Amino acid sequence: MIEMINVYKKYPNGIVAANGIDVEIKQGEFVYVVGPSGAGKSTFIKMMYREERPTTGDILINGVNLATLKANKVPYLRRQIGVVFQDFKLLPRLNVYENVAFALEVIEESPKVIRKRVMEVLELVGLKHKARMFPTELSGGEQQRVSIARSIVNTPKLVIADEPTGNLDPETSWEIMNIFEEINARGTTIIMATHNREIVNTMRHRVIAVEGGLITRDEYGGEYGYEG
Amino acid sequence: MKGRTIGRHFRDSLKSISRNGWMTFASVSAVTVTLLLVGVFVMIMMNLNKVADDLERDVEIKVIVDLTADEASITKLEEEIKKVSGVAEVVYSPKEDELNKLMLDFGDDLRLFEQQNPLHNVFYAKAVNPQETAAVAEKINKLDNTFEVKYGEGKIEKLFSFLNTSRNVGIVLILALLFTAMFLISNTIRITIVARRRDIEIMKLVGATNWFIRIPFILEGMWLGILGAILPITLVTVLYYNIHKVLEPKLAQGNLFELLDFSPFIYQVNGLILLMGVLIGIWGSFMSVRKFLRV
Repeated sequence: MIEMINVYKKYPNGIVAANGIDVEIKQGEFVYVVGPSGAGKSTFIKMMYREERPTTGDILINGVNLATLKANKVPYLRRQIGVVFQDFKLLPRLNVYENVAFALEVIEESPKVIRKRVMEVLELVGLKHKARMFPTELSGGEQQRVSIARSIVNTPKLVIADEPTGNLDPETSWEIMNIFEEINARGTTIIMATHNREIVNTMRHRVIAVEGGLITRDEYGGEYGYEG
Repeated sequence: MKGRTIGRHFRDSLKSISRNGWMTFASVSAVTVTLLLVGVFVMIMMNLNKVADDLERDVEIKVIVDLTADEASITKLEEEIKKVSGVAEVVYSPKEDELNKLMLDFGDDLRLFEQQNPLHNVFYAKAVNPQETAAVAEKINKLDNTFEVKYGEGKIEKLFSFLNTSRNVGIVLILALLFTAMFLISNTIRITIVARRRDIEIMKLVGATNWFIRIPFILEGMWLGILGAILPITLVTVLYYNIHKVLEPKLAQGNLFELLDFSPFIYQVNGLILLMGVLIGIWGSFMSVRKFLRV
């Protein structure tokens, strides 16, 4: 499904964030991306939804090469990928329902389908009863659940999460992780950058460690492997 | 793009207008002030232009015929004047008529002169292009049997250069005003867009195409333009209605020039104000959103 071939990324300021990355991720996998801050973890994640473009090398997602993908095709790529962020990135002027529906309106889905799908995913994340509330009226955990609902509403095959529990207390983090587990159980690939040692060590999945722009470890059911 | 998407964009833009209350107010005020200025200015300019045209149309060349000229040479002179290039019309006024005119102005005391009329026969000629009056007069002066050719030398040139200058100054001022308006509006809309930079970033992340993001902003700019045009249109209409009502009877007495009629003129000005509001609104938001789409 996802294949990175000899990916090298150098930013204009001279920092090398990827120094020859080779990796393959299959459909339905759950992958943690771990590593110290500034080790290239974010770049690794960002290159997968074409927020950053590799300097050299290829990134294939379902056969599409992101390294050569034209700018005007990027929106269509993003529609096949759900993205979840540490800071939720909800539209503050839209309520919960509208925020989730937005991802479907963008692809000009019919109102009937939109209504059905939005209600389904809000049910899945347990926020059906708060559909009319605005992001500022919700707790952090609830906002993250809205953002997850938005990322999966158009049934993407891949969900990318950049430290989704980074801003949440431990208990809420577990709730969020349960939702990701649920989504993964339905066959969606999940790639998650995280600093949360406890989660990685408890919910065992494939762990990819990135350091100095290189993959230093890649093991199934691995541990977090860094101190605190 | 599907119909319901367009409907959605319309709803979105209206929603955004009401949710961004203060920003809407700021933009609309900016549009209002500039359009009002432009509207009043266009109103003044077009009327000045009308006055200038009226004045120009009144400029005529007075061809005083030699006393010695007989009937035949006067007829010949008339033909010759008509043939001069740039002459629009020629009217003959025999010396009796000239005397009558003087008597109208200075009273019947002049009746004495009816026995021995000292005046000359006169032709009144008008140039096709009033601005070329001097050149035409010069040509007529070269014809035989002309005693003197007058066209208000000096005064005419001054009037024309004054009218031309005020026309040019007017055009420059209107252009400058329009430019300022566009700059002002595009900046105000840019502020509302900067405030929603995050929105655009998120829209791009969930796979919105550039046009999908742009259209609601452009529609919003259009609404701002339309809202901003309401007050100027009302004020300009009321203002012109009253000015016209008060000034028109007075100007009609003077018989020199008139204001433009209320009816088609005010609709033209209002249409112009509305069109400009919409255009600068759309243009302003287009320019502003462009920058943020290159994320």
